[in-house]
Amino acid sequence: MASQVVPHEHEVTTLKHHFANDEQQKDASTIGMWVFLVTEIMFFGGLFLAYFAYRQAYPAAFASASNKTNLWLGAANTTVLICSSLTMAMAVHSASVGKRKLLVAFLVLTLMLGGIFLGVKAYEYHDKWVHHEVPGYHFDCEGCDDAGHAPLFFSLYFGMTGLHATHMLVGFVILVILIFQSAKGKYTAKWYTPIEMFGLYWHFVDIVWIFLFPLLYLIDRSKTGLK
Amino acid sequence: MSAHSTQHGTHQGAEFDSDHGSNHIVPVRVYVAVFLTLIVMTWVTAFVSTVDLGRLNVFVALSIAIFKASLVILFFMHVKYGTRLTKMIVLAGLYWLILLLFIAMADLWTRTWMGVPGR
Repeated sequence: MASQVVPHEHEVTTLKHHFANDEQQKDASTIGMWVFLVTEIMFFGGLFLAYFAYRQAYPAAFASASNKTNLWLGAANTTVLICSSLTMAMAVHSASVGKRKLLVAFLVLTLMLGGIFLGVKAYEYHDKWVHHEVPGYHFDCEGCDDAGHAPLFFSLYFGMTGLHATHMLVGFVILVILIFQSAKGKYTAKWYTPIEMFGLYWHFVDIVWIFLFPLLYLIDRSKTGLK
Repeated sequence: MSAHSTQHGTHQGAEFDSDHGSNHIVPVRVYVAVFLTLIVMTWVTAFVSTVDLGRLNVFVALSIAIFKASLVILFFMHVKYGTRLTKMIVLAGLYWLILLLFIAMADLWTRTWMGVPGR
């Protein structure tokens, strides 16, 4: 209508007309993101169920096969991923207090830590390949009990860590976009919803790893001890 | 249009939950405390796993994982400061996950408890 009631620039660009106010708009985004994350929980849940079912069916094969994983690399990588969760939380915090340079710095740090994680993961995959622990024609689980069922463990190992790594790769793409947008000043203390929603995704990926680490690396570790 | 723009920036608390906190800013020290706890628990669970506790190994490993995941969900993901609707969606998701895992595993665990004729 009259030109003098046109809202402030930020409100024009960030508040969609179908929301009553910024708070309601942000709540709608948060709820939508969590509904998506719930579908992700069920997506990974199916793989976790497959793991539990086969582990209770073939405990000996799973115990000796899981001892082939590298405890030190697993724990170090968990540490790296938790660090990236902290930097992501700090990125959201920086956005919420309107510190653009810090926001960009923390997003870049998150990307770098994620890169280190996948680098270590690639090294572990290579190690498995070299030691014939990839299920298939050349599979040979040296010294495994019930070796006939050992490929089940490694199939689940590659399937679960692979799906997790795929989620991280998707995260990298979104992170790069967010870094460029943040550097250009797209996000302000008033509106930084995409940063916060991506934070939820990144922390979710961290949580999946928090469960993968004990299940794939730790259970039955006492059979070989610390090495 | 003019009525719409006057609503901007006002808090319409009556329409939403009273424990509303979508703009809550979590202090940095909370993040650091959660982070340090997560790191310590990661290495605790790694070393405890090398000690033979029998069946307790699984219990300890999963308990620590659940504790760590809860910290991430509550603080890093702001669910502690979120709306009731967000909390309900999170709990509903976890509830369905528990249904999936426990009903299927209860079947597999108990299937062999009683003899099956002809097997």
